[in-house]
Amino acid sequence: MAKSHKPVVWFPFAAGGTVIAFFIPVIVLLTLMAALGHAPAGLDYANLHAFAANGLGKLIIFGVVSLSMWSSAHRLRCTFYDFGVRADTAVATILYLAAIIGSILAAIYLLRI
Amino acid sequence: MSNSPPRSHPPLAAPPEGAAASLGRPGGSSERTVTLEVLRYDPDTDSEARFQRYEVVCQEEWVVLDALNKVKADIDPTLNYRWSCHMAVCGSCGMMINGEPKLSCHAFLRNYEGVIRIEPLANFPIERDLVVAPDDFMDKLKRVKPYLIPKQEKPISEGEYKQTPAQLMKYRQYSMCINCMLCYAACPQYGLTPSFIGPAALTLAHRYNQDSRDGGRKERQEVAATHEGVWECTFVGACSEVCPAHVDPASALQQMKITSSIDWIVEHLIPGGKP
Ligand code: SF4
Ligand code: FES
Repeated sequence: MAKSHKPVVWFPFAAGGTVIAFFIPVIVLLTLMAALGHAPAGLDYANLHAFAANGLGKLIIFGVVSLSMWSSAHRLRCTFYDFGVRADTAVATILYLAAIIGSILAAIYLLRI
Repeated sequence: MSNSPPRSHPPLAAPPEGAAASLGRPGGSSERTVTLEVLRYDPDTDSEARFQRYEVVCQEEWVVLDALNKVKADIDPTLNYRWSCHMAVCGSCGMMINGEPKLSCHAFLRNYEGVIRIEPLANFPIERDLVVAPDDFMDKLKRVKPYLIPKQEKPISEGEYKQTPAQLMKYRQYSMCINCMLCYAACPQYGLTPSFIGPAALTLAHRYNQDSRDGGRKERQEVAATHEGVWECTFVGACSEVCPAHVDPASALQQMKITSSIDWIVEHLIPGGKP
């Protein structure tokens, strides 16, 4: 039996899982606080805009967004599989495509800042 | 009798009169009548499985296995099930108790209310009543080569293969498996894809891979790093929840995914790289 090529999709999934665990709860909390008008001074619009305009900032944001999307896509693929949806190739193609499109869009938006 | 600790053998005789007289009195007695709903299947006469109910007078401190032994001794000698040690060591008494894979010698009656439903381990073919056929698991155990494959065989005159306590700790937890198959009964992937090597066998492969005296990882990867190996696992984690020996097979499989991924990178992305 041949060895599997799953590491190609699994490695970014594992990396994304780590990113999600560390960053996403904080980002959600800060976004909510900002929406309610309680953003800490250092995180106001001007500062964040400057961060996203910076090359390294763009790279970091892109990393967080794309890895999180890839990880979520892979997790969702596994969930479908767990529930017995065995059309794995179709499910994987749709979900990974969604993650890739999302990543490309993120890149486009970031480059336009 | 009512104060005796859990026994390694349930009583084969009826309880003494005094104990029987206090039956059902709350607080005062340590006896309780338990209703078991047990799956029955006889391949010679039954076309399909059915359930049979037994009312069993049990001691409060008994486990489900004691109740089954009492049924077999006093009520219905035709009931079939496996057990041996009565102390969560041999791994032979696994069954579904109220839908959960459990060692019946470790499932205390006091933790259950109402009718207790007892079925053979899920995901395995039923041989008879609560006895399942473990052949598939046995076959998979063999396939992962669960034994030391030394890097270099050395003559006996050179003495034993030594190991430090730290090296032992690297695999000790994964060596505690009692082959009870509860993790296979709990794993939805094994249920859906019977060719999946499964939690216990892969964990055992990991156990030997982690052993400082072993050099057989490459051989085991031929089975473990395939689709039917660790990559069939979607990290549901049910195996670790039901494992009575705290082996945590899910962690072993995730660690194997990491090392298999590193192998893959070395093999495919580094020119001339060999894992
Ligand atoms: S890993 Fe745990 S649940 Fe699975 S067979 Fe071994 S002892 Fe039983
Ligand atoms: S009888 Fe040995 S583990 Fe239960």
